[in-house]
Parts: sequence; structure tokens; C-alpha cells
Amino acid sequence: MLQQRNPQLNSNGELIHLLSIEGLPSAVIHQILDTAGTFLSVNDREVKKVPLLRGKSVFNLFFENSTRTRTTFEIAAKRLSADVVNLDIARSSAAKGESLLDTIANLSAMHADMFVVRHSESGAPYLIAKHCAPHVHVVNAGDGRHAHPTQGLLDMYTIRHYKQDFTNLTVAIVGDIVHSRVARSDIHALTTLGVPEIRAVGPKTLVPGDLNEMGVRVCHDMAEGIRGADVIIMLRLQNERMSGAMLPSAGEFFKNYGLTPEKLALAKPDCIVMHPGPINRGVEIDSAVADGRQSVILPQVTFGIAVRMAVMSTIAGNNA
Amino acid sequence: MKILIKNGRLVDPATGRDTPGDVAIAAGRVVALGAVNPDFHPSRTIDASGLVVAPGLVDLAARLREPGHEHEGMLESEMAAAVAGGVTSLVCPPDTDPPLDEPGLVEMLKFRARNLNQAHLYPLGTLTRGLAGEVLTEMAELVEAGCVGFSQAEVPIADTQVLQRALQYASTYGYTVWLRPQDAHLGKGVAASGALATRLGLSGVPVVAETIALHTIFELMRVTGARVHLCRLSSAAGIELVRRAKAEGLPVTCDVSVNQLHLIDMDIGYFNAAMRLTPPLRQQRDRDAIRAALADGTVDALVSDHTPVDEDAKNLPFAEAEPGSTGLELLLSLALKWGEESGAGLSKALATVTCAPVQVLGNALGSLASSAGRLVEGGVADLCLFDPTARWTVEPRAFRSQGKHSPFAGFELPGRVHATLVAGQVAFESK
Repeated sequence: MLQQRNPQLNSNGELIHLLSIEGLPSAVIHQILDTAGTFLSVNDREVKKVPLLRGKSVFNLFFENSTRTRTTFEIAAKRLSADVVNLDIARSSAAKGESLLDTIANLSAMHADMFVVRHSESGAPYLIAKHCAPHVHVVNAGDGRHAHPTQGLLDMYTIRHYKQDFTNLTVAIVGDIVHSRVARSDIHALTTLGVPEIRAVGPKTLVPGDLNEMGVRVCHDMAEGIRGADVIIMLRLQNERMSGAMLPSAGEFFKNYGLTPEKLALAKPDCIVMHPGPINRGVEIDSAVADGRQSVILPQVTFGIAVRMAVMSTIAGNNA
Repeated sequence: MKILIKNGRLVDPATGRDTPGDVAIAAGRVVALGAVNPDFHPSRTIDASGLVVAPGLVDLAARLREPGHEHEGMLESEMAAAVAGGVTSLVCPPDTDPPLDEPGLVEMLKFRARNLNQAHLYPLGTLTRGLAGEVLTEMAELVEAGCVGFSQAEVPIADTQVLQRALQYASTYGYTVWLRPQDAHLGKGVAASGALATRLGLSGVPVVAETIALHTIFELMRVTGARVHLCRLSSAAGIELVRRAKAEGLPVTCDVSVNQLHLIDMDIGYFNAAMRLTPPLRQQRDRDAIRAALADGTVDALVSDHTPVDEDAKNLPFAEAEPGSTGLELLLSLALKWGEESGAGLSKALATVTCAPVQVLGNALGSLASSAGRLVEGGVADLCLFDPTARWTVEPRAFRSQGKHSPFAGFELPGRVHATLVAGQVAFESK
């Protein structure tokens, strides 16, 4: 086996792309979270802009539709004073049969400085990072089931904000873990930051036993999974899981794994409830919980913009 | 043309011969081995000092991509790659476009290959028409046209009744059915199930996709009496089932590819599409079992699984990339690498790519069956001359094959081919 260098780091070990949280040192994660903290105040100012990316062009390349994530990246880039171009590739080039790398070559010719990429296939941002010009930075905004590193980082920001210390926490991630890039990024971040107990909770079709190789405790029983938890991260349940024989119905899933006030009472009294959104009320989470006092779902969104500003300004400051 | 190969190290894995000597060739046949009568007057003499003179290699799985995928490989380029790799006989799977399900297609392919005067080509016909798994092909006609067996290539038959009837029909005439054991439904993923696929978020192919197919095949062999050659096993559990089937006396043989012999899923690294292969690369314990089984004879032959893939089809996200790698030019070196690392040695390593695959083919080779893959006086002069001590670095751009993708790019490998003779003609010579 020939060893390859982690493609998101340059030869000095600095972050030039953000492709995955896996392999990032905890110091780098904390540094991004610290930087995000300084940007939070920018969001409260009347003029919500800093000039860190002035004159730079950020291209949002969404090969898979997502209004929400794309919007938060757009806001983050604009608050850093970048020029932002949104490309909804799912409906244009790819539909016309243009290959991924041809699309990238064309956009590079328009002097892009940063690509924010979402793609339905795991690993697509790696392919782009490998083939784009050395000065271009790539941010993974979600690839297949593999990674959603900015979501993972904003989740860590949220946990650090409410809990300060990671090293005494029990974190439960509930729902469709096997198909979730958010879960994978959260698990890598939580293990790197020293969380002693990470539980993956759901039925065997969505939480297979070999997930324990990622350093989590697999629980198929909801009560066992969330008992004594400090943090519960609920995942969105995709409708197509029913047709793929993963689940019989949304109703049965909610009965067994939906987060209701009664189940939440099993967690610690100060447990926070997170969700990457968009939420399915009555499928994975009860409205009383989603809107309740322990829910931090909306602060997550606010923190998300600051974290994405931190990521973009960090990688733009490092050269290949 | 008379050729004299002088001062070589003659290695015939079929007999265990490993002696210095000369080889005299006339009219396409080996006329003398070891000591050559001084009144043999060659028109050409090849100095083989420092070289091993071995039987030409026999590769049981090499896709030439014709007809239908000429952008990925042409008969000319892939046959040139074969002889550059010391391969003098090769079996091609029928998954061309259209698939090899009609005698006319097979005759055309054989005819074109013959005109190239390079490696001998032995096509497999499809087991079912269009590989669709529904209607049987005209097997007797296809054999007459030159097919050496019948295969579903990468398309498993989902309907077990069709598979049973295909085995029944083939066994009526003693034809061998070549199957890659993979369940049609469980085998849809892009990487082996396991920690790596889970971590990278790639859909997995579980080991049971292979073992369930093997159980089905063995049960059907018991009731039909068919002879089956299993292609490219990937798992330790699969190897164990084959070992038991052989012990039971079922008429089964099997091969593994150079990829599974040397690589594991961790080699996928950061979504390296050169590692997108079928069957998928599995874990360390699977590779260990495959290496041991090749040594103890549970696995009969080593194949290149040569599948040239063009640039556009590989430069895609891992799951979308076309599976396959260029292997003909690496087969000898990767066999030797295994021989060195496992302690099996040079002769045993050569056996897995010469006499052992010929045994798998058996009578299907016709008049060549008694001498292909061996060094025999009076036998066909298919020879490979190579330097066993040479080390070289794999540089896919330098391949003669049209496919320029290899999971072994950058590897340093032992053994370099100097010349390849097919039926007494020099088909390749390194400059």
C-alpha cells in the first residue's frame, strides 16, 4: 500500500480544503470554533461584514438541491465580503451531460477562488480538490453519505457553547445513521474532541452493528440510548427509507425512536436537543420537543453561519 | 523459422524442472529442450543469459473490449499488452457489446485475433442470451465457433430456476460454466461492507453476497452434475466453502485476481477510483485467506482481470467510476511478487499463471491441451523470457493497453518480460 497525504492539508499540515473532519487534529477544530466565536459578534453588528475575502469569488456548486445549506454558505461568504455565484448544477450542466470535471474546468476558467460543493456521491469533493488549480479551495457542503464537515463543526460549536467541556459528555445520535453524512462528521468530531460516550441509536437497518468500528456504542433501544445523555442529536428521516425496506412506516419509527417529552425525560435534565434540519415534526421529533426549552435547533442555524465564515476564512488564508 | 534460445534458465512449473539450457524451436514447436543438437541451424539466436525461459502465461480473465467498447480497448492494443506481459493465451469474458451470444460474433473475434498473430484467444460465450438471465444460448454452436465455456460475466442470474437449467443443459455436453459467485440483489454496492465502507459512506457488498451464491451454485452442482469454474473469489468465507466443496469431490475449480491477491479495502484511501473494482477489495483477513488458498491449491489459478477503462469513465466520484483495471502487463510481476512474499517461490508462482489455468481449461483447449502452459518437446512454442531479478515501477501511462488505470501505480514489482514467443514467432521483444 502506498501512503497518500491527507488531501485537505498542505505540506505544513495547514487546512487548505475542508473535505472531512476525519483526520483533523483537535487543535485545528478548536481553532475554527474559536474563530467562529469572533464572527458571531459580526452577525450582531449593524453592518454585518468583514473584508477577509474581499475580491474573492466563491462558487456554490450544488449538484444536489439544498436551499438551506446553500443559503447559509451564501450569507457566510457575503459577510466575508466575497463575491458569490450560486450554481444549481442539478438542473443545468449535469442534466445536459457535462462531466463533473468539465464543469470544474469551466468554472475554474472564470477565476473561482473557492468551490463550495454538495454532491450526491460520497467522495466527489475529493475528486474536485484533486483536479482544481492549486490556488482554489474546496469546501465540502455534503457528499453522499460520507461527510458534512461544516455541519459537524457547527454541531461542535453548539455543544461547546452549552456544555463547555467535551470530555465528560454522553452524546446520543438518533435515527438514520447509516445514510447520514451528518452523523459521520459528528462522530469523527466527537471522538477527536474526546467525548467518552457516543451512542448511535436506531433499528438495525439504520444503525448496523459495524458502526461500532467508528468508536460509537450501538443501541437499538431508545430508552437505553438516551438515558443520562447530555446531548441528543436527532437526524432527519428520509421518506425513501420506507421504499427501500429499511422501515415499515414513519409511524412505527416515531413510536420507537421519535423524541417525545416523555422519552426526553430519561436524559439529563439539562440535556440539549439538536437537529441538522429540516425537521420532520411527528416523524423523528415531537413538536413539544422541537419547540421546547431544551431545543437548540435554531441557535444551531445561527452558529452555522459563523462557523462557515470561520472555515472559509481559515482555508483561504492557507496556501497549497 | 527456426529459433535457438541459448543459455536460459528453463523453468517448467508443471514438472518442477529448473535447469540451465537451450531451447530449439522449429515450425512453431519446441523441438529440443536443454541440450540442443549442434546440427540445429537456427535463423535466429536469442541470448537468454540471466533470463528465465518459462511457458507463456495463460490468463483466464482478460477483457479486450471488442466489440462495443473500442474507446476503452481494441483487439490490437490489448493483444499487444498481453504479449508485452508474457501472456500467450487468454480467455475473454463475454460481456462485450453486443455480448458474445452468437456464433458469428465469436467467429469474427477469433478470426481477427488470429490475423494479429499474437496471443491465442479463447472466448467464453454467454450462458444466457444477451446476459439477460432468461433464455439459454446455443451452446453447441458457440463451442463450434470457438467458445471454451459459458459465463454470465458480471451479471448474476437472479432466477435460480434458469441457473439450474443452464447448468443442466451445459452438463449434458460436458461444458464448463464459469460463474462469478455474487447474489444479484446483495451485490449492488460499490465497496466491500466493513469499517472502511462505513467510514467513507460507500454502499457495501457483504460477504454473504458471495457465500449465498456459492451455496446455491454448489447445491445446483450436486443435482445437475455440472462442472463449474468460479471466477475471482473475494472473501475468506467464500474460499472456505470452495475448500469444502473440493474435499467433497464436486467438479469445481476457481481463480482469484491479482487485485484481491495484493490489495485490501484500506487501499481505497481517499476515494481512489483506480481501486474501484469488481469484486470489491475486502479486508486483510480475506486477502490472507486468498494468499494461503493459492499456495495450498484451493485456488487453482491467478488471473489479471484485465479491464481497460477510459479516462472519462474513471475520473468520476468513486461510486460512479467504472470498475476495472489494466492488468495484462502486470500479471507476471504480481504472481512473482506473491511467490517472493509468501515463500511459495518462483516455480509455484509461475504455475498459477501457466499449467494450473491450462488444467482449468482442460479439453476445451483441443490440441493445445497437452502442451500449453508447459515446456514440452514437441509442444507448441509459447514462451515467456523474463529477467526475474529486474525491479520496475508501475507507470500506467506507459502501458501498451489502451486502459491507463492501475491500482498498482507506483508499486515497485519484480520480474520484467524480455521476449514473448507465440507458436514459435517472436510476438514481443523489449527494446
